[in-house]
Amino acid sequence: MGEKILMKGNEALAEGAIRAGCRFFSGYPITPQNEVPEYMSWRLPDEGGTFIQAESEVAAINMIYGAASTGMRCMTSSSSPGISLKQEGISYCAGADLPFFYANVVRGGPGLGNIAASQGDYHQSVRGGGHGDYRVLVLAPNSVDEMANFPKKCYELAFRYRMPSMILADGILGQMMEPVEFKFEPVDPKSFKEAGWELGLAAGRRKRIVRSYDLREGELEKINAARLKKYREIEEKEVLFEAKQCDDAELVVVAYGTSSRIAAAAVKMARDKGLKVGLFRPITLWPFPKKQLAKLAEKSRKFLVVEMSMGQFVDDVRLAVCGRIEVDLYARPAGIPSGEETFAAVEKSYKSMTPARAAAPAKTAKPKGKPGRPRKKPAKKAGRPAKKTRKGGRR
Amino acid sequence: MPEIKVNERLCKGCELCTSACPKQCIAMSDKFSTTGYYPAMLAKQECCIGCGLCAQICPDLAIEVYK
Amino acid sequence: MELVNKWPAGLVEMPLRYCPGCGHGIVHRIVGECLEELGIRERTVGVAPVGCSVFADDYFNCDMIQGPHGRGPAIATGIKRSKPECIVFSYQGDGDLASIGMAETIHSAARSENITVIFINNAIYGMTGGQMAPTTLIGQKASTCPRGRDPKVNGYPIRICELLQSLEGASYLERTSVHTAANAIKTKKAVKRAFQNQIECKGFSLVEVLSMCPTGWEATPLNSVKYIADKMMPLYPLGVYRSPEQREQKEGGAA
Repeated sequence: MGEKILMKGNEALAEGAIRAGCRFFSGYPITPQNEVPEYMSWRLPDEGGTFIQAESEVAAINMIYGAASTGMRCMTSSSSPGISLKQEGISYCAGADLPFFYANVVRGGPGLGNIAASQGDYHQSVRGGGHGDYRVLVLAPNSVDEMANFPKKCYELAFRYRMPSMILADGILGQMMEPVEFKFEPVDPKSFKEAGWELGLAAGRRKRIVRSYDLREGELEKINAARLKKYREIEEKEVLFEAKQCDDAELVVVAYGTSSRIAAAAVKMARDKGLKVGLFRPITLWPFPKKQLAKLAEKSRKFLVVEMSMGQFVDDVRLAVCGRIEVDLYARPAGIPSGEETFAAVEKSYKSMTPARAAAPAKTAKPKGKPGRPRKKPAKKAGRPAKKTRKGGRR
Repeated sequence: MPEIKVNERLCKGCELCTSACPKQCIAMSDKFSTTGYYPAMLAKQECCIGCGLCAQICPDLAIEVYK
Repeated sequence: MELVNKWPAGLVEMPLRYCPGCGHGIVHRIVGECLEELGIRERTVGVAPVGCSVFADDYFNCDMIQGPHGRGPAIATGIKRSKPECIVFSYQGDGDLASIGMAETIHSAARSENITVIFINNAIYGMTGGQMAPTTLIGQKASTCPRGRDPKVNGYPIRICELLQSLEGASYLERTSVHTAANAIKTKKAVKRAFQNQIECKGFSLVEVLSMCPTGWEATPLNSVKYIADKMMPLYPLGVYRSPEQREQKEGGAA
């Protein structure tokens, strides 16, 4: 703790998981996440843990299903095509209420795509991903430091709520090197207590069953309803986000992961030019910071979503603001925008706000009336869908 | 004397025990059990030697062997 | 007179929901008895498959996990490596083990994973309604080969013990049957040995059991028994295909 070391994202992720108590890893090679299994293969045995290179992603995730059923802190990682293969086992873990942690170091897709960074797996991650009705806790780091420190958070959440948790990274976060500071003491797996569902030594107790099915009439719905209640609680309590310069922002750039870093550079350029632009970055993608974005929509004028995909993340932003505010999209499907390109998009979006609106304070419940800003009553002209819907949204 | 008892709640009337019995002393009842099968029964108790082969083949653990 | 065959402690005392004459029940009893007789029931974790024996998680009186179709050996691997003090077995049918889960089967054997696999070969998909299995015999009718399995269209049946025999990692492979009481007794010996090998850390053990599926075969239980003897056994010869002793000899010879 306290010491800064230079690490590659994938290695920081692996080390972070081990320090958070991970003692079981099974995986399968795929670029750009190969450093994770490689790191685990030499590091885990030193800690008395198990590393298995499985015959496939399908086998790897099912080894996790088995290991997780014993209460072991286990982990697997992969990149997009491999995560698709793992969906079967992830669904079973979700259906059997087993906690475990995995990482998707996303690459370009669909299909074999490429091995560069992308955010094309957004929907797959935040909508569960496999078959059936379930969610996975999704954390989106945007630095190697967060790659190192988020696994601990992921384990805490996974075990608190008995469900899978994941880190949604990408090829850039996995491959780049940055200074890292582990902000927690290594967790000793011996300190974990049995919760009462783990399989294993059964002397003096009744048998336990881990399963994801219930064929009895009406029973599955009850189980799923209980899970839904849990999900609601998580949405209430576990949202993480970061808002920078949003207080006076007319335009708020909304981005996560790598694109939030690029967006941060663009926001700085905009501020340097006097444009009132802020940055909102969800850290948990599920639970999604719906309320926080909705609140922000009340005081800012327009959102611009920046994502390295066709427009997946923007769906959640639009759902959160429910038409109260115009949401622009700068989409780079399997492309990596530069700061300048992103700034150009920011500037374009900013300037496309109508002059009256651009000069007027946001129509909030309580206009603040800052000096130097003309306080115009918002005109009720046609051709302003954003404002109309916004009004409608308040009714 | 050795004997077997067939649990009619468990027996599904598959008849495998009749083929396993070396003394051919098991037969099928002509009355339905509560579960809807014609259960096996010890037709000739005097010839049962308690070998338990019927229990070895019974897929439903329906046969108790007394010796 | 005394009851000589008590309900095995390794099985929960409840009616089995298999069809009349199905071989699963016999193998369930055998596994349940072995868990009791070897004194391992309280440290055993079983993996139930997808198929008719999905309910094995209810039946076996030990900790159980039910997993995705074909993934039993991978799940068992995860459990065994996490809790080496546990005895871990995977119970699988032919579609599960020899079709969708072939990779998991072969690789867990190749890794010589210290687990026990109970493989029920009845040459048909029972639960889904009698479709062709990887082990369906040439000429055997199934709902997806209604004219009988034709090698030109459907290829040839897979012999798992023979296939796994080529792997260094396989420690114990035996094929048995439960179509007669005498064969059921032999099956119990094999199953017990497969668990004993795990207790002694000898690596991957698999017992393939030829078993009846009267419903899937559209035959009476008594005719099903005959079908095993007449048709299945010539294609799937019973016997030990690999023993830990053979393996030790081989390793000794190599060194």
